[in-house]
Parts: sequence; structure tokens; C-alpha cells
Amino acid sequence: MINIYEVNETLRMIDHDNLDVRTITMGISLLDCISNDLEEVKNNIYNKITAKAERLVEVGEEISKEYGIPIVNKRISVTPIALIGAAACKTTGDFVEIAKVLDACAHKCGVNFIGGYSALVSKGMTPAEELLIRSIPDALANTERVCSSVNLGSTKTGINMDAVRLMGEIILQTAEKTKEADSLGCAKLVVFCNAPDDNPFMAGAFHGVTEADTIINVGVSGPGVVKHALEAVRGQGFEVLCETIKKTAFKITRVGQLVAREASKRLNVPFGIIDLSLAPTPAVGDSVAEILEEIGLERAGAPGTTAALAMLNDQVKKGGIMASSYVGGLSGAFIPVSEDQGMIDAVREGALTLEKLEAMTCVCSVGLDMIAIPGDTKATTISGIIADEAAIGMINQKTTAVRVIPVIGKEVGETVEFGGLLGYAPIMPVNRFSCDAFVQRQGRIPAPVHSFKN
Amino acid sequence: MKRAIITVIGTDGVGIIAKVCTYLAENNVNVLDISQTIVGGVFNMMMITDVTKAGKKIAEMSDDLDVIGENIGVRIRMQHEDIFNTMHRI
Repeated sequence: MINIYEVNETLRMIDHDNLDVRTITMGISLLDCISNDLEEVKNNIYNKITAKAERLVEVGEEISKEYGIPIVNKRISVTPIALIGAAACKTTGDFVEIAKVLDACAHKCGVNFIGGYSALVSKGMTPAEELLIRSIPDALANTERVCSSVNLGSTKTGINMDAVRLMGEIILQTAEKTKEADSLGCAKLVVFCNAPDDNPFMAGAFHGVTEADTIINVGVSGPGVVKHALEAVRGQGFEVLCETIKKTAFKITRVGQLVAREASKRLNVPFGIIDLSLAPTPAVGDSVAEILEEIGLERAGAPGTTAALAMLNDQVKKGGIMASSYVGGLSGAFIPVSEDQGMIDAVREGALTLEKLEAMTCVCSVGLDMIAIPGDTKATTISGIIADEAAIGMINQKTTAVRVIPVIGKEVGETVEFGGLLGYAPIMPVNRFSCDAFVQRQGRIPAPVHSFKN
Repeated sequence: MKRAIITVIGTDGVGIIAKVCTYLAENNVNVLDISQTIVGGVFNMMMITDVTKAGKKIAEMSDDLDVIGENIGVRIRMQHEDIFNTMHRI
């Protein structure tokens, strides 16, 4: 039977180390909402989402209370809208109409984000997909809770450089259209290579076409818990260090598994996956950078950072995999700059640069995340950054992403405030040399040789 | 059997256990085990309870106990035991 020490350990994780379940995300397929009549598509989408997710928030809160574990976010992901709107949408404005419906659904269901205003264009773009991408700036400027993502490369297909070029412009336009709110729109827009179909985390969540009609995915968190556990083994060897991370990741993931199972049972929706990511928040002590410091770096970004992060990421996976039969999504350590106080401090002190962050994305779970850059950055430069990240993902057979925010009207050294979970960030310098001629080339980068596995 | 763990943490005082047990009796919750420590005046108690026949849901009782705790200056929590089982048992 459970003893008082074990109970106290769990309570300490919740009270002092910010242990929480970061999100319960309900994936909803909208494939059966397709019609060639826009009004009909809009009605179908609204009716389906509000019916399926009607009790999502209520059940999340009930589970949270019963088990005494905070469940921070309840969210919805849907089938990429480029597919759902393809038959009905003739203009970018038509797609924006659908975005507004998604926003209305999010408000009605009480979720804080809805993801899936997306297009999957890793090899080529259909006219509808290009329309959706071109509608993103208006869609994000006219909605509050809609998140958008574009997958433009994969290990199997190579990198769609036409989409890369387009997304550089789209990100800048989104920044411009939301400049009154410090270009906040870009915080809800992410570009992927090798995007997973079952990611519960925003902004990149969408419900893949390979998924069932409705599914529950859960994202766990807990950087603070890992940091606290590592404080107890300061100075010890790598074996002890790794063992401690694994055990902690196991415990964190088990909580996620419990919540996922319960939510699935109570909502009568199949359980999909647990995403066992260390997802930081701006709260002090809830930071991946602080784990790296505890491992032995003066600041995140110091030499050794990539190795420490690689080890951390791998141990988190190893510990978490045993705790749940179905692990998926992104799983690993997130390194969003604006959402992690330790990362923000590292940037401010000059320890962490964009180039070092890029190196870190080779070994962490996602990519360049929540990085504020000067508003006068050229579209082609943003495309170059996207191409670099996509190449890392393509060659290393991993998910990579770019979520940069060119903050209109702000320069290096200034700070931008997004608020809430999105945090705040110092504007980081970007390499000023041009990649115009590279980005202007048409077509795609072919799939790498190791993609031919058949 | 459906079990819940009750924890009480706070400054020691007269009648803490009595208050909790009275509430549990009123709601048909059976106490299976109690362990308790007092370190430096901080009262730390854990109860394992059987809530199978309880009149209310754990979430509701958890809210009630929250209020009782506030009144006597301690933190009282009631949680389904599975949060601890899943974390500490393979």
C-alpha cells in the first residue's frame, strides 16, 4: 500500500515543482464535414466540433479535482483545413470564414486553442493548399484562438522550397497584420518538417488523416520535477544522472497516462498517445534551461549544451516509454525561448544565440521555437532559417519546426511581451548576410538517400 | 474497493483529525489507515479511505475538505489513490 513518503513526494512535485498535465487535446476528424458549399461546410464543422468536444473542459476539470493534479489546458485539433475547405473555398476570404468558425467553436467549448488551420505540402501544393497558406495572415489577425501550421518537408519527400519561400513571406505578413499586438499572430503559426499526426501541443497540433474519427492525446510536462530530482545528485557520474532523469520521466509520464485513460473513458473517445515532453513555462523553476544548468552548464548555450540536451532528451524518452504503451507526438525536451525563464536569461546575457539554438534543435524534440527577431528581417532570410531547420529534420529523420516572431517596429535588444503561457522574449539578432538567390530557386530539394528504404 | 488518499498539512492544533473524521463519517467514508508525523510543529497526516459507499464524488468531497481546511488553517486534500499508485508502482 502507498506510504506517506510516496504521497508527500507526489504532492511536492505538484506544489513546488510545477508538475502538471500540460494539455488534454481532443483530435476531431472533419473529413465528414466536406461539401462544395461553403455555408454547409461551416455549419458541419461547427456542429461536429461543438458536439464532440462539448464535455471536454468539464471532464478535464473533474479529473483534475479528483486526482488533485492540475490540467492546464484543454484543446482541440482538427483535420488540416486545406483538405476540408478544398472543395468549397475559392478565395483566401473563404478560408478565413472557416477560421472564424473554428474560433467560434473554441469559444463555445471553452478551450484556449484550436489547431489545424493547416496545410500538408511537403512535396507539392494544391491550389487549395496555396490558398489556405495565403489566407493565414488574415485568419490569424481575425481570430483569437486558432493555431496554424504548415508541413513543408519530410525525410520521405524532401523539402518543398516553393513552400519555404512562400512561408517566409507569410510569416512577415502575419507579423505585419498583428503588429498592434507585438506580432502575436506569429506565435500561433509554426512551420514543420516531418510533422507528426498526433501532436497534442500547440501551435502545431492537427488531427492527421490517418487518425480515427475522434481521439484523446495528452501532453505531460514537468521540467521543474526533473530539475529538483537532479539537485539531489549534484556532482555524481553520468550513470546516476541518467538514471535519475529516467525515473523522474517515468513518474511524470505515468500521471499523463492515468489522466489520458480517465479522459478517454469519461468522454467515450479512444485514447491516442501520450506526448512525454518537458514543456517549460515562464514560471520560475519550470525551465528546461535550468535543468541544463543543473547538469553543469553556467548558462544554456555554453559549450556542452548540445551534448547535455541530447542526453536529457534521450533519457526522458527512455523513462517515459516504459510508462505508457502509446507514446507519440513530439516527445522530448522543448526549448521555446520566450516560454522559458532560463532561456530568456541566457539570451539576455549573450550565452545563447540563434546559431546555438539551431544546433540544439538537432537533438531536442522540435525546433526553433518562440524566438523573437527584428521586424525588419527579410522574408528570404526567414525562408533560409526555415530551410535550415527543415534540412536538419529531413536528414536526421526527426520533427523540426520554426516558430519565429519578426516583431514589427522592434530592434535587437528590445523586449516583446506576449503574455500568459507564451511569455516574453528579448529580440535576437539574425545573420544579416543574404540567401536571396538560394531561396529564389524554384522547385524542391529531393529526398535524401536514406529515405529509400523499400 | 474505491480508495482515496486524504492528506492534511499545516500547523498542529486541537481537533484536526476530529474535524476530518466527522466529515468523513457524515459522508459514509470509511478510514482504513492513518499515518502521521509532526516535524517542527508542522502537522503531516495521511489517511487511506474507502469511498465506495460515499454519498458524494471525490471531486465534491475534495471541495468540501478544502473549505474545512481553510477554516482551521491547514491544507486538506482528497485525491483518488490512483494518482499515487500509477506514479510509484510499476
